[in-house]
Formats: sequence, structure tokens, C-alpha cells
Amino acid sequence: MGRVSIRGVSRKFVKDDIVRTLALDNVSLDIGDKEFVCFIGPSGCGKTTLLRIVSGLDYPDDGEVFVDNERIKGPGPTRGMVFQEYSLFPWKTVIDNVIFGPQMRGVQKKDAIEEAQKYLELVGLEQFRDSYPHELSGGMKQRVAIARALANEPEVLLMDEPFGALDAQTRNSLQHELLDIWQKKNITILFVTHSVDEAVFLADKIVIMTARPGKIKEILKVDIPRLRDRTSMEVNQLRNRVLKLLAEEQKK
Amino acid sequence: MVRGNFQRLKNNSVELLSVVSALIIWQVTAVYIVQNKFFLPSFTDVAAAFIITVSRQGVFPFLSMNLELPVLLVDTLYSLMHFFIGLIAALAIGIPVGMLMGWFKSVERVFDPLIEIIRPIPPLAWIPFAIIWIGLNPFGAGFVIFIGALFPIIINTFTGFKSVPRIYVEAAKVLGCNTDRELMRRVAIPSALPSIAAGVRIAMGVGWMCLVAAEMFGVSRNGLGFKIWHNYYLHHMDFVLVYMLFLGFLGLLIDRLLRSYLEDKFFKWRTGVVM
Repeated sequence: MGRVSIRGVSRKFVKDDIVRTLALDNVSLDIGDKEFVCFIGPSGCGKTTLLRIVSGLDYPDDGEVFVDNERIKGPGPTRGMVFQEYSLFPWKTVIDNVIFGPQMRGVQKKDAIEEAQKYLELVGLEQFRDSYPHELSGGMKQRVAIARALANEPEVLLMDEPFGALDAQTRNSLQHELLDIWQKKNITILFVTHSVDEAVFLADKIVIMTARPGKIKEILKVDIPRLRDRTSMEVNQLRNRVLKLLAEEQKK
Repeated sequence: MVRGNFQRLKNNSVELLSVVSALIIWQVTAVYIVQNKFFLPSFTDVAAAFIITVSRQGVFPFLSMNLELPVLLVDTLYSLMHFFIGLIAALAIGIPVGMLMGWFKSVERVFDPLIEIIRPIPPLAWIPFAIIWIGLNPFGAGFVIFIGALFPIIINTFTGFKSVPRIYVEAAKVLGCNTDRELMRRVAIPSALPSIAAGVRIAMGVGWMCLVAAEMFGVSRNGLGFKIWHNYYLHHMDFVLVYMLFLGFLGLLIDRLLRSYLEDKFFKWRTGVVM
């Protein structure tokens, strides 16, 4: 199960004992099991901070986050994360990167490798198992990063603009693959993006956030069946709506 | 086979020509212009002296045995012993200190002022205390090398640990690697290894220089550095040059060995190894 419940979360960044920025202001949100939720908002609206709080890398000043009714106190195996920057360990081969999580849980190397093969197959990179990250393209690196996060068998996958650094075509094909993986693995995905197109293509629910301080402006449920046609009428209407909501925030 | 060697010779002809010309100029200058063996021994004088150092036997005490070996080899073994005593001690202390300083801010604050005060003291200034504290034995000479090698190792390990990209630490945390010990072992050390290795390389260079000085100033009665001074007193300048050149070649060899070892073993993962 992967239900995420965010309750009254606030986060301020303090410097020299003075509150400099209120990144998140009393954010509450419930995300159901196996839901695909996209967070979108003006830059600096705290969407990444919110994701980091769910991952346990950052802490809220107020409020709490629960995953399956368990309060989050720090990073843990229930939540996997894929970062925007390339985060593979450059000194490890692809397969050694993927088994890092299972090995930390105490899985024997042999068993971990066997499992990891499956995840590499899932992202289509089994023939690159012994390559080093610097030998891979950007898209391949992010695929491995997804495989590495999945190898820990999380309930919730947190993705922080994972395709932000990729070119448009690679990005499109990775979005397809991600939907495939999501359907096969039956996990909850929280996905931060600044691309309206991406959110409209992927999400069950689009959470639009306000400019700083970050609050939830609106939650749009998306009922368009998958695979969505990026140029269809309904997708375009939805995109229009999201863009209008975002434009209101930009003006502030 | 012969053809292959010939090809290699041809490819390196410029380098070869450069070395051969330098030798010829040296020889001609020494024999026809300077004409003074004490002031500038010729190449052939040095070669002859080299042959003597290799053919004459000396004694190296090893595990209560007295090994009869060529003099040059005996001196080399003494020097290497001094060198590695100092280097190993510097690694054993410098790497842990640098790691803790880089990882824990509080440790940095404790050690940093001390290091900044002690570091600018030239290692050779420690020679009197090396003799008084430790005495005229291999460990006395090793101490001077230790001082010379310690700071590059600490500083580079520290810098390597300070500049571990945050993204790797966070990725590891999310994957369940949470204690300081595990994070240091699995993320910080591999990430900092190139920087640590560069520090060791610098330390070996500094240590090699301290070695000669330590032996010269009488911390030891043996070794390549000692023999330079010894032969100077005897006015055997051809032997002085033999030992000088040999020190140079040995230093080069040690550096090359370290480099190829590191590149094979650790740095397959780096695109362009800049070392």
C-alpha cells in the first residue's frame, strides 16, 4: 500500500535567526494508493521542498506526513526517490548502483543481482549492466536511477523533475516508459514537474501550487483515459486550464 | 619482434635524440671545456662511478642476517625503508584525520587552527627534534618524511571529503544508507578517492625531497641522501652525481608505479583521469 497523507505541513528557511522565506504554508493533501500525482507551480513555490519532506530528507517545521499511517521521521525504504540531477554513483557500475539499496537492507549480493536484472530489463538496459555511468546518455542514466529506486521495492516513488535535463524526444519516450512501469509495479508516484505538457500526459491528479509561500491552489482530477494523445481536444483543454491557473500565479 | 622495436624507436626518435644530444653536450663540455673532474665530472666518469657502486658489495642487516648486496642497492634499501616508514605513518594518521575533519564540522574546528599553525613550518626544521626525540635511526629519518608527507595527505583527504556532492549523500540516504559510518564508507570515501590519491602523490614527492635532506643532515648514517653528502666530503663528485641521478630516476619510477596502479585499480569510472 502507498497512501500518503500530508497534514498541515509548513516549512520556513531561516538564516541568521531571521525567517527569510516561507517555502510551504500549511499544506494538506491526501494521496491514494497507486495514484499518479503531479505537482506543478511557479519556480520557488516549494514543490521540491514538499517532495523532500515526504522523502524524509527535509523536515517540516509544522505538520506531519504519514505513509500508510506511519509518521515519517527520516528517509526509509517505503519511499524511493529519483532526483533531477544525475545521482548515480559514478564509481559503481550500473548493476552495482541498482543493488545498492537491497545491499543496504542486507540482501545477499547474489540474490540482489538476480533481482536487479529484472529492474534493468524493465527499463530496457540489461545489456549495460557492467557500464559505468559516464558511459551512458542522460536518458539512460535516469532510467538506471528509476531502476535503482524501484529495486528497493518502495510503496511510493518520489520524482523530482526527473526528466528536466533531457531533450524533448527522450523525455517523451521516458514518459511512456514511466507509465508502463507504473502500471506494472502498482505503486504510488509523486511527480514534480515544471512542464504542463508532462503533467497533463502523466497525472491522475494535478496539484497546482501558488507562488511563495507555497500553498495548494487547486487540484485537478484528470479523467482522460491513457495513453493520452498529446494533441487531442480534451488534453488541450486541460492544458489550457492549467496554463491559465499558472499564469495567475506568475502575475503575482 | 625486431621490426616492432624498430618502429617504436622511430616513433620516439625526437625524444631519444633530445636525450642523446644532451648527453653528448654534457660529455663535450666536461672533457674539452671545463676540463676539471671535480667541478664537472663527465658522463663517462659518472658511468664508471655507477659501475663501481653496483659492483662493490655492502652489507644490509635484515632479520638478523647480514645480506651482501651491491652498495647502491644497500643505500636504496635504506632510503626506501626511511621513506616508507614516514609515508605509512603519514597515511595512517593523515587519512583518518582528514576524513573526520571533512565530515564533522566540529572536528574541523578543533584541528584546523593547529594544522594551519604547524603546516607552514618547513619539514626540515624538525630535524633537530627528530634526532633528540627519536635518535639516529631509521625512525628518526622517517619522522622528517612523515612531517613532510602528512599535510598534503590531510589537506587533500579533507578537501575530498568536503566536496562530496550532496546529491550522492542524499541518494544514499534515500536508499537506506543512513549512519555516518556507512555514509563515509560507501559514499564519501569512494567519491573522495581521486582527491586522496592526488594527495598521496604530492605527499610522496614532498617526502622524497625530505628524505634526502633528512639523510644528509645526519639523521641517518646510510641511504642515498647520506651518500651524496659523504661523497662530497671525499670530493668524489662523480659519485655525487650518480646518487643524484639515481634519486631522480627512483622518484620517477615510484611515481609512475603509483599512477599506473591507481588508474588500473580505482579510476575506471572517471572519464578523463587528470592526474
